[in-house]
Amino acid sequence: MNLYYSFGTVLLLLAITAPTALLFGYGGAMATRSGVAPLRWFGKSYIAIVRGVPDIAFFLFFVIALDQGFEYLRHKIKCPDWNEPIRQGSDFVVCTAAKLPLGNAPQWQHETYGFMLAVLTFAIVFGAFAGNVLFGAMRAVPKAQLETAEAYGMTRRQVTRRVLIPQMWVYALPGLSNLWMVLIKATPLLFLLGVEDIVYWARELGGTKTPNFTAYPHGDWRMWYFLGLLVFYLAFTKLSEVVLSRIMARLTHGQATAGGEAQRKAAA
Amino acid sequence: MSCAQTIADYAFRSLGYGERLLPRSDFTLCQQFTLIGSGMIWNIYFGVLALLAGFVLATAVALGKASPNLALRKLSEWFVFLFRGSPLFIQFFFAYFLFLSLKGAYPFFSPLTSAAYGALVVLFLNTAAYSAEIFHGALQSIPKGDTEAADAYGLSGWARFRRVIWPTMLRLAWPAYTNEAIFLFHATTLVFFAGFPARQQKGDALYYANYFADKTFNPFVPYPILAGYFILLTLVVIGVFGLINRRLNRHLPQEERRKLRLRLQAIR
Repeated sequence: MNLYYSFGTVLLLLAITAPTALLFGYGGAMATRSGVAPLRWFGKSYIAIVRGVPDIAFFLFFVIALDQGFEYLRHKIKCPDWNEPIRQGSDFVVCTAAKLPLGNAPQWQHETYGFMLAVLTFAIVFGAFAGNVLFGAMRAVPKAQLETAEAYGMTRRQVTRRVLIPQMWVYALPGLSNLWMVLIKATPLLFLLGVEDIVYWARELGGTKTPNFTAYPHGDWRMWYFLGLLVFYLAFTKLSEVVLSRIMARLTHGQATAGGEAQRKAAA
Repeated sequence: MSCAQTIADYAFRSLGYGERLLPRSDFTLCQQFTLIGSGMIWNIYFGVLALLAGFVLATAVALGKASPNLALRKLSEWFVFLFRGSPLFIQFFFAYFLFLSLKGAYPFFSPLTSAAYGALVVLFLNTAAYSAEIFHGALQSIPKGDTEAADAYGLSGWARFRRVIWPTMLRLAWPAYTNEAIFLFHATTLVFFAGFPARQQKGDALYYANYFADKTFNPFVPYPILAGYFILLTLVVIGVFGLINRRLNRHLPQEERRKLRLRLQAIR
Protein backbone atom coordinates (compact mmCIF):
# COMPACT_ATOMS: atom_id res chain seq x y z
CA MET A 1 0.00 0.00 0.00
CA ASN A 2 2.83 2.34 0.90
CA LEU A 3 4.27 1.81 -2.55
CA TYR A 4 1.15 3.29 -4.10
CA TYR A 5 1.24 6.25 -1.72
CA SER A 6 4.85 6.86 -2.68
CA PHE A 7 3.83 7.26 -6.34
CA GLY A 8 1.62 10.02 -5.00
CA THR A 9 4.63 11.48 -3.20
CA VAL A 10 6.54 11.67 -6.48
CA LEU A 11 3.63 13.30 -8.30
CA LEU A 12 3.10 15.74 -5.41
CA LEU A 13 6.79 16.63 -5.51
CA LEU A 14 6.56 17.34 -9.23
CA ALA A 15 3.39 19.39 -8.77
CA ILE A 16 4.93 21.56 -6.05
CA THR A 17 8.47 21.78 -7.38
CA ALA A 18 7.69 22.77 -10.95
CA PRO A 19 6.00 26.12 -10.11
CA THR A 20 8.43 26.84 -7.27
CA ALA A 21 11.45 26.20 -9.48
CA LEU A 22 9.89 28.40 -12.14
CA LEU A 23 9.51 31.15 -9.56
CA PHE A 24 13.14 30.75 -8.43
CA GLY A 25 14.25 30.71 -12.05
CA TYR A 26 12.23 33.78 -12.80
CA GLY A 27 13.83 35.55 -9.84
CA GLY A 28 17.28 34.42 -10.95
CA ALA A 29 16.71 35.60 -14.52
CA MET A 30 15.35 38.96 -13.38
CA ALA A 31 18.29 39.40 -10.99
CA THR A 32 20.70 38.64 -13.85
CA ARG A 33 19.06 41.33 -15.97
CA SER A 34 18.87 43.82 -13.12
CA GLY A 35 20.51 47.24 -13.25
CA VAL A 36 21.87 46.90 -9.72
CA ALA A 37 25.35 45.39 -9.94
CA PRO A 38 25.40 43.19 -6.77
CA LEU A 39 22.01 41.74 -7.68
CA ARG A 40 23.31 40.96 -11.16
CA TRP A 41 26.40 39.25 -9.79
CA PHE A 42 24.25 37.24 -7.43
CA GLY A 43 22.00 36.08 -10.27
CA LYS A 44 24.92 35.19 -12.50
CA SER A 45 26.85 33.27 -9.87
CA TYR A 46 23.69 31.44 -8.75
CA ILE A 47 23.14 30.15 -12.28
CA ALA A 48 26.85 29.48 -12.95
CA ILE A 49 27.63 27.53 -9.78
CA VAL A 50 24.66 25.20 -9.97
CA ARG A 51 25.48 24.45 -13.61
CA GLY A 52 29.08 23.44 -13.02
CA VAL A 53 28.61 20.88 -10.26
CA PRO A 54 26.81 17.50 -10.31
CA ASP A 55 23.23 18.07 -9.22
CA ILE A 56 23.27 15.12 -6.85
CA ALA A 57 26.06 16.78 -4.86
CA PHE A 58 23.75 19.75 -4.44
CA PHE A 59 20.92 17.55 -3.28
CA LEU A 60 23.10 16.02 -0.61
CA PHE A 61 24.53 19.40 0.36
CA PHE A 62 21.40 21.51 0.57
CA VAL A 63 19.38 19.14 2.71
CA ILE A 64 21.86 19.38 5.56
CA ALA A 65 22.76 23.00 4.90
CA LEU A 66 19.15 24.18 4.85
CA ASP A 67 18.30 22.16 7.94
CA GLN A 68 21.22 23.64 9.87
CA GLY A 69 20.49 27.10 8.51
CA PHE A 70 16.89 27.01 9.75
CA GLU A 71 17.89 25.66 13.13
CA TYR A 72 20.63 28.25 13.46
CA LEU A 73 18.17 31.08 12.75
CA ARG A 74 15.62 29.75 15.24
CA HIS A 75 18.40 29.26 17.76
CA LYS A 76 19.44 32.91 17.43
CA ILE A 77 15.85 34.10 17.87
CA LYS A 78 14.57 31.73 20.56
CA CYS A 79 17.62 31.31 22.78
CA PRO A 80 19.53 34.60 22.81
CA ASP A 81 21.23 33.83 26.15
CA TRP A 82 22.82 30.55 25.00
CA ASN A 83 26.56 31.04 25.26
CA GLU A 84 28.06 27.69 24.23
CA PRO A 85 29.41 27.40 20.70
CA ILE A 86 27.08 25.75 18.21
CA ARG A 87 29.71 23.64 16.47
CA GLN A 88 31.27 21.50 19.20
CA GLY A 89 33.79 19.40 17.32
CA SER A 90 31.73 17.13 15.12
CA ASP A 91 28.41 18.07 16.67
CA PHE A 92 25.90 20.66 15.73
CA VAL A 93 24.20 21.73 18.95
CA VAL A 94 21.25 24.06 19.25
CA CYS A 95 18.91 24.57 22.19
CA THR A 96 15.91 22.23 22.37
CA ALA A 97 13.40 24.98 21.61
CA ALA A 98 15.13 25.61 18.29
CA LYS A 99 15.01 22.00 17.08
CA LEU A 100 13.11 21.65 13.85
CA PRO A 101 10.71 19.95 14.07
CA LEU A 102 10.46 19.88 17.84
CA GLY A 103 11.71 16.70 19.45
CA ASN A 104 8.25 15.80 20.74
CA ALA A 105 6.44 16.49 17.46
CA PRO A 106 4.39 13.64 15.95
CA GLN A 107 5.84 11.48 13.18
CA TRP A 108 3.93 13.08 10.32
CA GLN A 109 5.52 16.44 11.10
CA HIS A 110 8.99 14.94 10.74
CA GLU A 111 8.04 13.41 7.42
CA THR A 112 6.47 16.60 6.14
CA TYR A 113 9.48 18.61 7.20
CA GLY A 114 11.80 16.23 5.36
CA PHE A 115 9.59 16.47 2.30
CA MET A 116 9.57 20.28 2.45
CA LEU A 117 13.37 20.32 2.62
CA ALA A 118 13.48 18.08 -0.44
CA VAL A 119 11.09 20.35 -2.32
CA LEU A 120 13.14 23.42 -1.44
CA THR A 121 16.35 21.69 -2.55
CA PHE A 122 14.83 20.66 -5.85
CA ALA A 123 13.47 24.16 -6.35
CA ILE A 124 16.87 25.76 -5.73
CA VAL A 125 18.71 23.44 -8.11
CA PHE A 126 16.10 23.43 -10.86
CA GLY A 127 15.47 27.11 -10.33
CA ALA A 128 18.98 27.77 -11.58
CA PHE A 129 18.33 25.67 -14.68
CA ALA A 130 15.01 27.41 -15.27
CA GLY A 131 16.70 30.76 -14.69
CA ASN A 132 19.15 29.93 -17.44
CA VAL A 133 16.35 29.02 -19.85
CA LEU A 134 14.26 32.10 -19.03
CA PHE A 135 17.29 34.38 -19.31
CA GLY A 136 17.97 33.01 -22.78
CA ALA A 137 14.31 33.40 -23.72
CA MET A 138 14.26 37.01 -22.54
CA ARG A 139 17.23 37.76 -24.75
CA ALA A 140 15.58 36.00 -27.69
CA VAL A 141 12.62 38.40 -27.73
CA PRO A 142 13.31 40.73 -30.71
CA LYS A 143 14.91 43.96 -29.54
CA ALA A 144 12.69 46.01 -31.84
CA GLN A 145 9.68 44.99 -29.76
CA LEU A 146 11.19 46.38 -26.59
CA GLU A 147 12.44 49.53 -28.31
CA THR A 148 8.99 50.15 -29.76
CA ALA A 149 7.48 49.81 -26.31
CA GLU A 150 10.00 52.31 -24.94
CA ALA A 151 9.23 54.66 -27.81
CA TYR A 152 5.60 54.60 -26.70
CA GLY A 153 6.80 56.01 -23.41
CA MET A 154 6.54 52.90 -21.24
CA THR A 155 8.81 52.71 -18.23
CA ARG A 156 11.31 49.87 -17.84
CA ARG A 157 8.95 48.01 -15.56
CA GLN A 158 6.03 48.39 -17.93
CA VAL A 159 8.12 47.14 -20.84
CA THR A 160 9.04 44.06 -18.85
CA ARG A 161 5.51 43.34 -17.72
CA ARG A 162 3.55 44.12 -20.85
CA VAL A 163 5.92 43.20 -23.70
CA LEU A 164 8.85 41.09 -22.56
CA ILE A 165 7.11 38.53 -20.36
CA PRO A 166 4.14 37.73 -22.64
CA GLN A 167 6.43 37.19 -25.62
CA MET A 168 9.15 35.26 -23.86
CA TRP A 169 7.11 32.10 -23.27
CA VAL A 170 7.19 30.94 -26.89
CA TYR A 171 10.99 31.02 -26.81
CA ALA A 172 11.19 29.49 -23.37
CA LEU A 173 8.88 26.54 -23.94
CA PRO A 174 11.35 24.16 -25.67
CA GLY A 175 13.86 24.70 -22.88
CA LEU A 176 11.25 24.42 -20.17
CA SER A 177 9.79 21.22 -21.57
CA ASN A 178 13.28 19.78 -21.67
CA LEU A 179 13.64 20.84 -18.06
CA TRP A 180 10.37 19.13 -17.14
CA MET A 181 11.73 15.89 -18.59
CA VAL A 182 14.90 16.23 -16.55
CA LEU A 183 12.87 17.01 -13.46
CA ILE A 184 10.84 13.84 -13.92
CA LYS A 185 14.05 11.88 -14.25
CA ALA A 186 15.51 13.51 -11.13
CA THR A 187 12.64 12.47 -8.84
CA PRO A 188 14.16 9.11 -7.83
CA LEU A 189 16.94 11.12 -6.18
CA LEU A 190 14.35 11.86 -3.46
CA PHE A 191 15.45 8.54 -2.04
CA LEU A 192 18.84 10.04 -1.25
CA LEU A 193 17.23 12.90 0.63
CA GLY A 194 15.72 10.51 3.11
CA VAL A 195 12.13 10.64 1.87
CA GLU A 196 10.41 7.27 1.71
CA ASP A 197 9.68 7.33 -2.00
CA ILE A 198 9.16 4.67 -4.65
CA VAL A 199 12.80 3.66 -4.74
CA TYR A 200 12.75 3.05 -0.99
CA TRP A 201 9.60 0.95 -1.11
CA ALA A 202 10.75 -0.97 -4.18
CA ARG A 203 13.86 -1.99 -2.25
CA GLU A 204 11.90 -2.79 0.89
CA LEU A 205 9.06 -4.76 -0.66
CA GLY A 206 11.19 -6.48 -3.27
CA GLY A 207 13.73 -7.81 -0.81
CA THR A 208 13.68 -11.45 0.19
CA LYS A 209 10.74 -12.34 2.40
CA THR A 210 10.75 -15.38 4.65
CA PRO A 211 7.69 -17.09 6.08
CA ASN A 212 8.77 -16.06 9.58
CA PHE A 213 8.12 -12.40 9.04
CA THR A 214 5.36 -12.08 6.49
CA ALA A 215 2.41 -13.93 5.11
CA TYR A 216 3.73 -13.64 1.55
CA PRO A 217 7.12 -15.31 1.34
CA HIS A 218 8.99 -14.74 -1.89
CA GLY A 219 12.54 -14.55 -3.21
CA ASP A 220 14.42 -11.49 -4.33
CA TRP A 221 11.92 -9.55 -6.42
CA ARG A 222 13.73 -6.24 -6.38
CA MET A 223 14.63 -6.64 -10.04
CA TRP A 224 10.95 -6.83 -11.01
CA TYR A 225 10.00 -3.90 -8.81
CA PHE A 226 12.66 -1.77 -10.46
CA LEU A 227 11.55 -2.98 -13.88
CA GLY A 228 8.11 -1.69 -12.91
CA LEU A 229 9.57 1.68 -11.96
CA LEU A 230 11.48 1.79 -15.24
CA VAL A 231 8.27 1.20 -17.17
CA PHE A 232 6.44 3.80 -15.04
CA TYR A 233 9.03 6.43 -15.86
CA LEU A 234 9.11 5.51 -19.56
CA ALA A 235 5.34 5.85 -19.76
CA PHE A 236 5.44 9.13 -17.85
CA THR A 237 8.08 10.73 -20.10
CA LYS A 238 6.28 9.48 -23.21
CA LEU A 239 3.01 11.00 -22.00
CA SER A 240 4.71 14.31 -21.19
CA GLU A 241 6.33 14.32 -24.61
CA VAL A 242 2.95 13.99 -26.32
CA VAL A 243 1.29 16.65 -24.18
CA LEU A 244 4.16 19.11 -24.55
CA SER A 245 4.26 18.72 -28.32
CA ARG A 246 0.51 19.53 -28.36
CA ILE A 247 1.12 22.69 -26.31
CA MET A 248 3.99 23.66 -28.58
CA ALA A 249 1.80 23.19 -31.66
CA ARG A 250 -0.84 25.40 -30.05
CA LEU A 251 1.70 28.10 -29.14
CA THR A 252 3.44 28.19 -32.53
CA HIS A 253 0.09 28.56 -34.29
CA GLY A 254 0.24 31.81 -36.20
CA GLN A 255 3.75 32.70 -35.04
CA ALA A 256 6.32 34.06 -37.46
CA THR A 257 8.74 31.21 -36.81
CA ALA A 258 9.81 28.22 -38.92
CA GLY A 259 7.38 26.03 -36.99
CA GLY A 260 4.49 28.40 -37.59
CA GLU A 261 5.34 28.60 -41.28
CA ALA A 262 5.36 24.81 -41.57
CA GLN A 263 1.91 24.65 -39.95
CA ARG A 264 0.57 27.22 -42.40
CA LYS A 265 1.97 25.30 -45.37
CA ALA A 266 0.57 22.00 -44.14
CA ALA A 267 -2.89 23.51 -43.82
CA ALA A 268 -2.82 25.10 -47.26
CA MET B 1 50.45 13.50 11.14
CA SER B 2 51.86 15.67 8.41
CA CYS B 3 50.04 16.37 5.18
CA ALA B 4 52.62 14.51 3.06
CA GLN B 5 52.06 11.46 5.25
CA THR B 6 48.30 11.75 4.77
CA ILE B 7 48.73 11.93 1.02
CA ALA B 8 50.97 8.87 1.05
CA ASP B 9 48.37 7.01 3.12
CA TYR B 10 45.21 7.96 1.33
CA ALA B 11 46.06 9.04 -2.23
CA PHE B 12 45.09 5.62 -3.62
CA ARG B 13 42.68 4.64 -0.87
CA SER B 14 39.80 4.46 -3.35
CA LEU B 15 41.63 1.64 -5.16
CA GLY B 16 42.37 -0.19 -1.94
CA TYR B 17 46.03 0.74 -1.53
CA GLY B 18 47.49 2.47 1.51
CA GLU B 19 45.91 2.90 4.91
CA ARG B 20 42.87 0.66 5.39
CA LEU B 21 41.03 2.61 8.05
CA LEU B 22 39.42 5.85 7.07
CA PRO B 23 40.00 8.74 9.47
CA ARG B 24 37.38 8.63 12.22
CA SER B 25 37.88 11.83 14.21
CA ASP B 26 39.82 15.09 14.09
CA PHE B 27 39.40 15.44 10.36
CA THR B 28 41.92 17.76 8.78
CA LEU B 29 41.42 19.69 5.57
CA CYS B 30 44.31 17.75 4.09
CA GLN B 31 42.56 14.44 4.72
CA GLN B 32 39.40 15.68 3.08
CA PHE B 33 41.23 16.99 0.02
CA THR B 34 43.26 13.80 -0.36
CA LEU B 35 40.43 11.32 0.08
CA ILE B 36 37.94 13.17 -2.12
CA GLY B 37 40.67 13.56 -4.74
CA SER B 38 41.39 9.87 -4.44
CA GLY B 39 37.74 9.17 -5.13
CA MET B 40 37.98 11.22 -8.31
CA ILE B 41 40.02 8.33 -9.78
CA TRP B 42 36.79 6.36 -10.00
CA ASN B 43 34.87 9.22 -11.58
CA ILE B 44 37.56 9.62 -14.23
CA TYR B 45 37.75 5.87 -14.81
CA PHE B 46 33.98 5.57 -15.34
CA GLY B 47 33.77 8.73 -17.42
CA VAL B 48 36.67 8.05 -19.79
CA LEU B 49 35.94 4.39 -20.48
CA ALA B 50 32.19 4.89 -20.91
CA LEU B 51 32.82 7.84 -23.20
CA LEU B 52 35.28 5.95 -25.42
CA ALA B 53 33.15 2.81 -25.72
CA GLY B 54 29.93 4.81 -25.93
CA PHE B 55 31.28 6.81 -28.85
CA VAL B 56 31.58 3.70 -31.02
CA LEU B 57 28.13 2.37 -30.13
CA ALA B 58 26.59 5.83 -30.52
CA THR B 59 27.88 6.12 -34.07
CA ALA B 60 26.42 2.72 -34.88
CA VAL B 61 23.05 3.53 -33.30
CA ALA B 62 22.88 6.93 -35.02
CA LEU B 63 23.47 5.22 -38.37
CA GLY B 64 20.91 2.59 -37.44
CA LYS B 65 18.35 5.28 -36.68
CA ALA B 66 18.92 6.79 -40.12
CA SER B 67 18.97 3.43 -41.87
CA PRO B 68 16.37 2.50 -44.52
CA ASN B 69 16.02 -0.92 -42.90
CA LEU B 70 12.86 -0.82 -40.79
CA ALA B 71 13.92 -3.44 -38.22
CA LEU B 72 17.28 -1.74 -37.65
CA ARG B 73 15.62 1.66 -37.33
CA LYS B 74 13.00 0.49 -34.83
CA LEU B 75 15.64 -1.28 -32.78
CA SER B 76 17.80 1.85 -32.56
CA GLU B 77 14.81 4.05 -31.76
CA TRP B 78 13.75 1.77 -28.92
CA PHE B 79 17.26 1.63 -27.54
CA VAL B 80 17.47 5.43 -27.46
CA PHE B 81 13.99 5.79 -26.00
CA LEU B 82 14.64 3.22 -23.29
CA PHE B 83 17.79 4.90 -22.02
CA ARG B 84 16.79 8.52 -22.54
CA GLY B 85 13.26 8.09 -21.23
CA SER B 86 14.06 6.65 -17.83
CA PRO B 87 16.15 8.00 -14.97
CA LEU B 88 19.77 6.86 -14.82
CA PHE B 89 19.30 6.26 -11.12
CA ILE B 90 16.58 3.66 -11.73
CA GLN B 91 18.66 2.14 -14.54
CA PHE B 92 21.50 1.59 -12.07
CA PHE B 93 19.20 -0.05 -9.54
CA PHE B 94 17.54 -2.25 -12.12
CA ALA B 95 20.85 -3.28 -13.68
CA TYR B 96 22.36 -4.11 -10.31
CA PHE B 97 19.52 -6.39 -9.32
CA LEU B 98 19.39 -7.87 -12.81
CA PHE B 99 23.08 -8.74 -12.62
CA LEU B 100 22.54 -10.07 -9.12
CA SER B 101 19.91 -12.55 -10.24
CA LEU B 102 21.90 -13.43 -13.37
CA LYS B 103 24.84 -14.18 -11.13
CA GLY B 104 22.68 -16.65 -9.24
CA ALA B 105 21.92 -18.51 -12.45
CA TYR B 106 25.26 -18.17 -14.25
CA PRO B 107 28.48 -17.50 -12.29
CA PHE B 108 29.85 -15.99 -15.52
CA PHE B 109 28.07 -12.73 -14.67
CA SER B 110 29.57 -12.32 -11.19
CA PRO B 111 32.04 -9.54 -12.13
CA LEU B 112 29.11 -7.42 -13.29
CA THR B 113 27.71 -7.10 -9.77
CA SER B 114 30.73 -5.03 -8.76
CA ALA B 115 30.59 -1.30 -9.39
CA ALA B 116 33.75 -1.32 -11.51
CA TYR B 117 32.17 -3.39 -14.30
CA GLY B 118 28.41 -3.35 -13.81
CA ALA B 119 28.07 0.41 -13.43
CA LEU B 120 30.43 0.89 -16.34
CA VAL B 121 28.11 -1.16 -18.56
CA VAL B 122 25.12 0.96 -17.55
CA LEU B 123 26.99 4.25 -18.05
CA PHE B 124 28.27 3.01 -21.39
CA LEU B 125 24.78 2.16 -22.68
CA ASN B 126 23.34 5.36 -21.24
CA THR B 127 25.87 7.70 -22.81
CA ALA B 128 25.64 5.74 -26.08
CA ALA B 129 21.90 6.47 -26.21
CA TYR B 130 22.29 10.18 -25.46
CA SER B 131 25.19 10.60 -27.90
CA ALA B 132 23.35 8.61 -30.57
CA GLU B 133 20.54 11.16 -30.40
CA ILE B 134 23.09 13.98 -30.83
CA PHE B 135 24.86 12.20 -33.72
CA HIS B 136 21.54 11.40 -35.37
CA GLY B 137 20.62 15.08 -35.29
CA ALA B 138 23.98 15.97 -36.83
CA LEU B 139 23.58 13.27 -39.46
CA GLN B 140 20.26 14.79 -40.49
CA SER B 141 21.79 18.23 -40.90
CA ILE B 142 24.79 17.32 -43.07
CA PRO B 143 24.66 19.78 -46.00
CA LYS B 144 23.28 18.17 -49.12
CA GLY B 145 26.19 19.60 -51.14
CA ASP B 146 28.70 17.50 -49.19
CA THR B 147 27.09 14.17 -50.00
CA GLU B 148 26.49 15.23 -53.60
CA ALA B 149 30.16 16.15 -53.95
CA ALA B 150 31.12 12.75 -52.55
CA ASP B 151 28.87 11.08 -55.12
CA ALA B 152 30.39 13.20 -57.89
CA TYR B 153 33.87 12.02 -56.90
CA GLY B 154 32.69 8.47 -57.26
CA LEU B 155 32.98 7.71 -53.57
CA SER B 156 30.60 5.12 -52.27
CA GLY B 157 30.05 2.78 -49.36
CA TRP B 158 32.72 2.78 -46.72
CA ALA B 159 34.96 5.41 -48.37
CA ARG B 160 32.04 7.83 -48.64
CA PHE B 161 31.17 7.35 -45.00
CA ARG B 162 34.75 7.44 -43.72
CA ARG B 163 35.88 10.48 -45.71
CA VAL B 164 32.81 12.67 -45.97
CA ILE B 165 29.82 11.77 -43.83
CA TRP B 166 31.52 10.79 -40.59
CA PRO B 167 33.88 13.80 -40.28
CA THR B 168 31.07 16.22 -41.14
CA MET B 169 28.78 14.57 -38.62
CA LEU B 170 31.41 14.89 -35.89
CA ARG B 171 32.06 18.52 -36.76
CA LEU B 172 28.39 19.38 -36.49
CA ALA B 173 27.82 17.34 -33.36
CA TRP B 174 30.94 18.36 -31.46
CA PRO B 175 29.65 21.24 -29.29
CA ALA B 176 26.63 19.20 -28.16
CA TYR B 177 28.82 16.16 -27.64
CA THR B 178 31.13 18.16 -25.38
CA ASN B 179 28.12 18.93 -23.22
CA GLU B 180 27.22 15.28 -23.11
CA ALA B 181 30.74 14.41 -21.96
CA ILE B 182 30.51 16.93 -19.11
CA PHE B 183 27.19 15.47 -17.99
CA LEU B 184 28.52 11.96 -18.19
CA PHE B 185 31.26 12.86 -15.72
CA HIS B 186 28.64 14.39 -13.45
CA ALA B 187 26.51 11.26 -13.76
CA THR B 188 29.37 9.06 -12.56
CA THR B 189 28.75 10.36 -9.03
CA LEU B 190 25.49 8.40 -8.90
CA VAL B 191 27.15 4.99 -9.08
CA PHE B 192 27.82 4.36 -5.40
CA PHE B 193 24.46 5.75 -4.33
CA ALA B 194 22.44 3.43 -6.53
CA GLY B 195 22.70 -0.12 -5.38
CA PHE B 196 26.27 -0.80 -6.37
CA PRO B 197 28.19 -1.44 -3.16
CA ALA B 198 31.43 0.32 -2.26
CA ARG B 199 33.39 -2.67 -1.01
CA GLN B 200 35.83 -1.91 1.81
CA GLN B 201 34.85 1.75 1.51
CA LYS B 202 36.45 2.07 -1.90
CA GLY B 203 34.18 4.74 -3.30
CA ASP B 204 34.15 7.71 -5.61
CA ALA B 205 34.56 11.39 -4.78
CA LEU B 206 30.96 11.94 -3.72
CA TYR B 207 31.06 8.82 -1.56
CA TYR B 208 33.94 10.26 0.46
CA ALA B 209 32.44 13.75 0.52
CA ASN B 210 29.26 12.23 1.89
CA TYR B 211 31.28 10.25 4.41
CA PHE B 212 32.89 13.41 5.75
CA ALA B 213 29.61 15.32 5.77
CA ASP B 214 27.97 12.53 7.76
CA LYS B 215 30.83 12.26 10.24
CA THR B 216 31.42 15.95 10.86
CA PHE B 217 27.80 16.99 10.34
CA ASN B 218 29.24 19.94 8.48
CA PRO B 219 28.45 19.98 4.76
CA PHE B 220 30.19 23.28 4.16
CA VAL B 221 33.68 21.81 3.80
CA PRO B 222 33.57 18.50 1.85
CA TYR B 223 30.99 19.50 -0.74
CA PRO B 224 32.77 22.68 -1.86
CA ILE B 225 35.97 20.62 -2.16
CA LEU B 226 34.06 18.17 -4.36
CA ALA B 227 32.65 21.05 -6.36
CA GLY B 228 36.16 22.43 -6.89
CA TYR B 229 37.41 19.08 -8.18
CA PHE B 230 34.48 18.80 -10.55
CA ILE B 231 34.90 22.30 -11.92
CA LEU B 232 38.54 21.44 -12.58
CA LEU B 233 37.53 18.22 -14.31
CA THR B 234 34.98 20.10 -16.42
CA LEU B 235 37.66 22.58 -17.50
CA VAL B 236 39.96 19.71 -18.52
CA VAL B 237 37.15 18.08 -20.51
CA ILE B 238 36.44 21.37 -22.29
CA GLY B 239 40.15 21.76 -23.04
CA VAL B 240 40.56 18.28 -24.49
CA PHE B 241 37.40 18.53 -26.56
CA GLY B 242 38.54 21.94 -27.80
CA LEU B 243 41.79 20.37 -29.07
CA ILE B 244 39.86 17.64 -30.87
CA ASN B 245 37.58 20.28 -32.33
CA ARG B 246 40.61 22.11 -33.70
CA ARG B 247 41.83 18.92 -35.30
CA LEU B 248 38.39 18.26 -36.82
CA ASN B 249 38.31 21.72 -38.41
CA ARG B 250 41.95 21.83 -39.52
CA HIS B 251 41.00 21.99 -43.21
CA LEU B 252 39.25 25.34 -42.85
CA PRO B 253 41.09 28.60 -43.58
CA GLN B 254 42.52 30.23 -40.48
CA GLU B 255 39.94 32.98 -40.04
CA GLU B 256 37.01 30.63 -40.50
CA ARG B 257 38.37 28.23 -37.95
CA ARG B 258 36.22 29.22 -35.07
CA LYS B 259 37.03 28.22 -31.57
CA LEU B 260 34.71 25.73 -30.01
CA ARG B 261 31.95 28.09 -29.03
CA LEU B 262 30.31 26.23 -26.27
CA ARG B 263 26.83 27.08 -25.28
CA LEU B 264 27.19 25.39 -21.94
CA GLN B 265 23.88 23.89 -21.12
CA ALA B 266 22.53 23.35 -17.69
CA ILE B 267 20.94 20.03 -18.45
CA ARG B 268 21.26 17.28 -20.95
